[in-house]
Amino acid sequence: MTLPAVLPVLAATEEHVTAQAADGVYSSAWLLVAIPLVSAAVLLLAGRRTDRWGHWLGVLASAASFVVGASILLTMLGQPDEERVRDLHLFSWIPAGEFTLDAGMRVDPLSMTFVLLVTFVGTLIHVYSVAYMEHDRDRRRFFAYLNLFVAAMLLLVLADSYLLLFVGWEGVGLASYLLIGFWNHEMPNSVAAKKAFVANRVGDVGMIIAIGLMFATFGATDFETVFAGSPAASEGLLTATGLMLLLAATGKSAQFPLQSWLGDAMAGPTPVSALIHAATMVTAGVYLVVRSGPVYAGAPTALLVVAIVGAFTLLFGAIIGTAKDDIKKALAASTMSQIGYMMLAAGLGPIGYAFAIFHLLTHGFFKAGMFLGAGSVMHGMDDDVNMRRYGALSGLMKVTWITFGLGWLAILGVPPFSGFWSKDKIIESAFATNDGHGWQPWVFGLVALVGAGITAFYMSRLFFMTFHGRRRWSDGHGRSDVDADAPVRHPHESPALMTWPMIVLAVGSVALGGLLTIGDAFAGWLEPVTGHVEHHEPVLPIWLIMALTLVLVAAGAFLAWRQYGAAPVAVVAPRGSVLTRAARRDLYQDDVNEALLMRPGQYLTRSLVFGDRQVVDGAATGLARTVAGSGELVRRLQNGFVRSYAATMVLGVVVLAAVVLAFQL
Amino acid sequence: MTLANYLVLASILFTIGATTVLVRRNAIIVFLGIELMLNSANLAFVTFARMHGDLTGQVVAFFVMVVAAAEVVVGLAIIVAIYRTRRSASVDDVNLLKS
Repeated sequence: MTLPAVLPVLAATEEHVTAQAADGVYSSAWLLVAIPLVSAAVLLLAGRRTDRWGHWLGVLASAASFVVGASILLTMLGQPDEERVRDLHLFSWIPAGEFTLDAGMRVDPLSMTFVLLVTFVGTLIHVYSVAYMEHDRDRRRFFAYLNLFVAAMLLLVLADSYLLLFVGWEGVGLASYLLIGFWNHEMPNSVAAKKAFVANRVGDVGMIIAIGLMFATFGATDFETVFAGSPAASEGLLTATGLMLLLAATGKSAQFPLQSWLGDAMAGPTPVSALIHAATMVTAGVYLVVRSGPVYAGAPTALLVVAIVGAFTLLFGAIIGTAKDDIKKALAASTMSQIGYMMLAAGLGPIGYAFAIFHLLTHGFFKAGMFLGAGSVMHGMDDDVNMRRYGALSGLMKVTWITFGLGWLAILGVPPFSGFWSKDKIIESAFATNDGHGWQPWVFGLVALVGAGITAFYMSRLFFMTFHGRRRWSDGHGRSDVDADAPVRHPHESPALMTWPMIVLAVGSVALGGLLTIGDAFAGWLEPVTGHVEHHEPVLPIWLIMALTLVLVAAGAFLAWRQYGAAPVAVVAPRGSVLTRAARRDLYQDDVNEALLMRPGQYLTRSLVFGDRQVVDGAATGLARTVAGSGELVRRLQNGFVRSYAATMVLGVVVLAAVVLAFQL
Repeated sequence: MTLANYLVLASILFTIGATTVLVRRNAIIVFLGIELMLNSANLAFVTFARMHGDLTGQVVAFFVMVVAAAEVVVGLAIIVAIYRTRRSASVDDVNLLKS
C-alpha cells in the first residue's frame, strides 16, 4: 500500500485487486443489461400496440436499471477495497474444444461508475425525450432504440472479456446508427448515420485485430487472463495491441483521425446527441483505454500515442468549435475536444486514469445538460439550429438559460463548478507526466492549458450568441433588432418534463466535481482498478498552473463577450479569416478523407470492377466464346454429304501414309 | 513378271475405286467403287501371302469376301429402301447425316 517516499517517479504500487466471485446483490448485475434489453424487444416486437404507453415503459426500464445499479453501488461502498472487484459468471458462451469463453460480468468501481452515469443520465434523458419527442409519431420506436442503447452500453462496460465487450461495442454502434438516422426520411440524416457507421467500422477493425492479438498471445480474451499475462508479454506485442485498441477508441470516441462523423451525427434528435454523442457512448474509447491499463503498462509507446492523439484532438475540436454557427455542431466539436482531454489524461498512464474517468463523469453531466438546453432552445425556436438567428433568449427561457449557464460555467472550469475539479486535475497531470522525456510535460501541459482558453472562448461565444446580445429573430409583430425579414419565432420555456432533467443535470454540473474531490474520494474509489498512484510534482508549481488556467479561461470568456456579447452579431456569417473558414469546414477533415480515402477507394473499386469484368469475366466468357466459335467452324464439316466424308477419310489416310513414309524413309 | 506388278495393279484398282466413290453420285456406282476397293485390298493381301509364303493373307482375303458379301446385302437393301422413299439413287440427295 505504501510507496517509499524516495521513489521519485509515480508508479502503480499495488497489484490490481483480484476479482472475487459475485454474490448477494452483485449476482443481480445481469438485470442491468436484461431489463432495458427486454424493454427494447417488447417495444420493437409489439409494434404500434404499445404506442400509447411505450415511452413510459422505456423510462421505467432505464430507471429500473438505475435502481439495480444504485443498490449494487451502495453495497460496494460498504465493503473494503479488496472486495469491490467482483466477477459474475453468467454462462458458458463459446465452448470450442480447448478454447472456452464464458460470458460474465466484471462488477468493479470503474464499471459501476459507468453504470451509474449511463443509467442516471440515461433515465433523465428518457424523461426529457417523452416531452421532446411528443409530436413524433415514431416516439415508441425512439424509446426502443434508446433502451437498446442503454442495454448495449451497460453490456460494454460490464463485460469481463474483450469479446463480450465487443458485443456491447457493436451494440452501441448499432443504436447510434439507428438513432442518428432516426428521421431517415430526410437524406442528410441517413447519410450522417451511414458516415458514423462506416467511421466506426474502421475503428472496429482495430478492435478485432487487438482481440486477435490477445487471443494469439494469451490464448484468451477475458480481462483476468490478459491482464495477468501482460507483464510477461513482449513489448512489441503489447504496443501493437495497445495501438489497435487506440484505433478502436478513436473510432468510437471521435478522436483524430476518425473524428469526422461526430459533427454529422448531430443530425439525430437532440436527446440522442445528449446521451450517446456527448455523455456516454463517445466516452467508450476512454473506458477502453483505462480498462486496458495493464496492457498499456507494458507499452509506453502506445500510451504516448494515446496522449498525442488526445492532445491533438483537444486542440482540433476546440478550433472547430470556435467557428461553428450550428449550436449542436459547436457542442459536438466541444465534446470532441473534451474527450481529447480525457484521452490525454488516459495517455498519461496510471496518474491520469482516475482523472480521465473523473472528467468523463463530470463532462457527462454538464455536456448532457447543455445538449438538453440546446434541445430546449431548438424546441422554442422551431428547430432552428443557427445561432446567428438566436439572441436575447435569456429572459424568455429562464430555466434553460440558468441550467445552460451552469453547464457553461462548469465546462469553462470556473471554480467551484464540476469542470474545474476534473479539468484542472488533467492539466496538472499533463504538466506532471515525466518518464524520461523532458518535452512531454511541457507540450502536453501547454496544449491542455491553451485548450482550456479556447474552450472558454467557444463556449462563451455559444452562450452569448444564444442567450444574450440582440434579438436576431422576429416576434411576429415585425419587431426584430436586426432586419425586417428575420424569421418569426415564438420562443417559450419548455414543459416541465424537459426542464426538470436539465435542472437535475445542472445540479450535477455544479456540485458533482467538488463533492467527489473531497479527500480525493473519486481517485480512491477507482484505486482497485487503476492502482494506487502517488502524485508526482508538476514541472510548474500547482498554484501557477491553476492561476494560468483561470487567466486563460477569463481571457477567452472576455474575448467572446466582447465579440459576441457586447458587439452585434452578424446575421450572415462573415467571410472570416483563413483559419475561420477552415474551422467551419472541420479543418478540411472531410475533404482530406474524401481526397485520401473516399475517392481513391472509389477508383479502386471501380478499377477492380472493371478488371473483374474485363479480365476474370473476360477469361471465362472468352474461353466459352472460343469453344463455341470453333464448334461453329467444325460444324460446317458435318454437311451430311457422304462423299465429303469419304473425301475426308481419304485425305486422312493419305496424310497418315505420307507421315509413315516420311518417318520410315 | 514380278509380284510387285500385282501390288501396282492393286493400287491402281484402289485408286479407281476411291475416285469412283468420291466423284460419282449414283449410289449403285459408288457401291461398285467400294467393291473395287475391297477387291484391290484382297489382291494386295493375296500378293503379300504369296510373297511371304504365309497363308494368313489368303485367309484374310476370304474374310473380306464374306464381309463384302454381307455388306452388299445390307448396302443394296438400304439403297433400294432410300430409292423407294426418295425416288432417287443420288448420294447427294441423302444428307440427313448432317447434325
